[in-house]
Amino acid sequence: MLTNKRLILAHFWLAFIVFGLALVLGAWQMFVRSPLNTWHFNPEFYYRSVTAHGSAMGYVFPTLIAMGFGYAITEASLEKPLVGRRWAWVGFFLVAIGAVVAMIPVSLGRASVLYTFYPPMIGNPFYYIGVVMVVVGSWIWVALMSINFTIWKRENPGKPVPLAMFANVAGSYLWAWTAVGAALEILFQILPVALGLRSTIDAGLARVFFSWTLHAIVYFWLIPTYIAYYTIFPRAIGGRIYSDAMARIAFILFVVVAMPIGVHHLFADPQVGAGFKFMHSVFTGLVALPTLLTVFTICASAEIASRLCGGRGAFGWIRALPWSNPIMLATALSLVMLGFGGAGGLINMSYQLNTSVHNTQWVTGHFHLIFGGAIVIMYFAIAYDLWPHLTGRASEGFGLMRTQLWLWFIGMIVTTFPWHYVGILGMPRRMAFYDYANPVISPEAFSVVMSAIGGFILLISGTLFLLVLIRGQFSTKGEAGAYRFAIALHMPERIPVALNSFGLWLALMVGLTVVNYGFPIAQLMALSETNVPAVYVGASR
Amino acid sequence: MATETDHGPGEAVAARIERRWATLSIVIVALLVGMAAVIGIHRATMPQARVETADPKTLHLSGEFIESNLGSAVEPDGSVTVRAIGQQYSFTPQCIVVPAETPITIRATSADVVHGFLIEGTNINTMLVPGYVSDLPVRFSAPGEHVMPCQEFCGIGHQGMWGKVKVVDRTAFLNMTAAKRRLTCAD
Repeated sequence: MLTNKRLILAHFWLAFIVFGLALVLGAWQMFVRSPLNTWHFNPEFYYRSVTAHGSAMGYVFPTLIAMGFGYAITEASLEKPLVGRRWAWVGFFLVAIGAVVAMIPVSLGRASVLYTFYPPMIGNPFYYIGVVMVVVGSWIWVALMSINFTIWKRENPGKPVPLAMFANVAGSYLWAWTAVGAALEILFQILPVALGLRSTIDAGLARVFFSWTLHAIVYFWLIPTYIAYYTIFPRAIGGRIYSDAMARIAFILFVVVAMPIGVHHLFADPQVGAGFKFMHSVFTGLVALPTLLTVFTICASAEIASRLCGGRGAFGWIRALPWSNPIMLATALSLVMLGFGGAGGLINMSYQLNTSVHNTQWVTGHFHLIFGGAIVIMYFAIAYDLWPHLTGRASEGFGLMRTQLWLWFIGMIVTTFPWHYVGILGMPRRMAFYDYANPVISPEAFSVVMSAIGGFILLISGTLFLLVLIRGQFSTKGEAGAYRFAIALHMPERIPVALNSFGLWLALMVGLTVVNYGFPIAQLMALSETNVPAVYVGASR
Repeated sequence: MATETDHGPGEAVAARIERRWATLSIVIVALLVGMAAVIGIHRATMPQARVETADPKTLHLSGEFIESNLGSAVEPDGSVTVRAIGQQYSFTPQCIVVPAETPITIRATSADVVHGFLIEGTNINTMLVPGYVSDLPVRFSAPGEHVMPCQEFCGIGHQGMWGKVKVVDRTAFLNMTAAKRRLTCAD
């Protein structure tokens, strides 16, 4: 029962328009930095483009997907209209306006600091203000999710909250708390300097604050994908979820251990001691648990679906899966990319192996494979699945959808595998170009060309995706019926309070963050001599 | 759905398989963490351990990072200390010379923004954060040349920030030190 279809559609459309624009920038970057480009260009354009690409893909696109999908989940799973519709629109416009406010100075070249900010480099204040507006807009969504969750629980005492809504609320809480790190960095460190109120900044402390956001934000991006794995995929292929309780445990684990692990991004940094680096490494190991549990549950759910429609044998059931179904295909391709990306992630987080790949192209390859690959391909699947329910029009063109999904998968593999390889060779990331005539660098040239070709394939796939969505807006009218989520094989009638509420888990989330971040932050705040002069970027000063 | 929910043996079997998988997952994670702990403690392989500071405003005036003190120096115990700084958009010294088969301590910092310090073909890789000193023990096994790019975005000249490391034979290095207190291969 989706009543606020326009609200949800607005979120999805804005998200995918932003995605399309950022994808064009990404493909251009792949081209200009490769040996395919033999012409001179201003490297500043490259860094401007990376800033725009990163900010759009990291802050705006997934946030809008989580918000739009969250509203859809609220209405469809709780089977009642969203409470706080007006506030939802306020949040939407805050995100939209914030994105524009941030992108104006970036396009003028006055904030080429990349989306990771990198103080003591300081860009135009409006860039940071725009990012803050995006975050504040999303916090309205967090509040609405919490309110709708609480109201439903009060109206349905003792009943288990539907899994999709439980996971959705988990994701919103995770985001609310993880955004605090970057918010502290921007509001108390960067903005005063950008506005000219102060002229020095502690770059080490800023990096610690940012790491608090930087890792868990990935799980915020991941939650809609996992919700789709658990609650869309089994239903779309005619099966059941293997286990409802284990799904809840997986989402709870994300909430609890996603935050106190961010220092694994700072293994090579001088401002955090080895003890806390090790603590964060251990917790990063723990965060592999929910993913391992999920892979098992999803594969088992697929097997249930297959055996229900006649699949047999130890492996024969894989053949009997409905492969022509785009959701089936997207989920399978997503899991393959998650497997490769996850294995790479275990190397990044490793206390020792990290030095071999830190800040090389390996890292770029890693997060494009996980986010751009495993996560975004499920955003496509979510849109394909929801579209007929939102537009009130029939879903057509399964063939085109499959082509698009395959192209995305192939493009992502062709882009990221060579990236991983040159990373092992030591190729640094985020450079506008390389001297391919240098005999030390020339062996990397071929791989960079491969990556660029992958980028073009991704651009074609992204264009096809938008075409499918546009076509969906104009196809023949047809009532898609109520939007449903998958149910579990053994549906629990009663559920432990801990798996139906968040109080304990939020306390643990905050507590563990304080334990793992408290000392490093306090130590750096006590150091006064580490405030260094800001370096203003661009033509604004 | 046609399937009847069967709250009997089926559910018990499902729960048992699931518990086994969860146990296996926990064992995998514990193994990975255990490996890191053993290597870290037993072989002392770990990211840099202490927080040390250096004020970028006065780097050139006093302290260990004044210009005449940058480069490679032999310590009384026979080990070598390399001091370097990164700035937009170069390293000082731009070419570092070190002996093979010798314990070396690299001490480096930044004079302006955040830079990176990566020696290709090795696992020497650290950040240079203004205000803080990066300190890492290294050892090169064989003579040779390596490129040393800055691996962190540091401004519009970032792509041009490449240094060099020359690893020479230990005796050749010691002969060079007879003539000069601080060695580089930049000149």
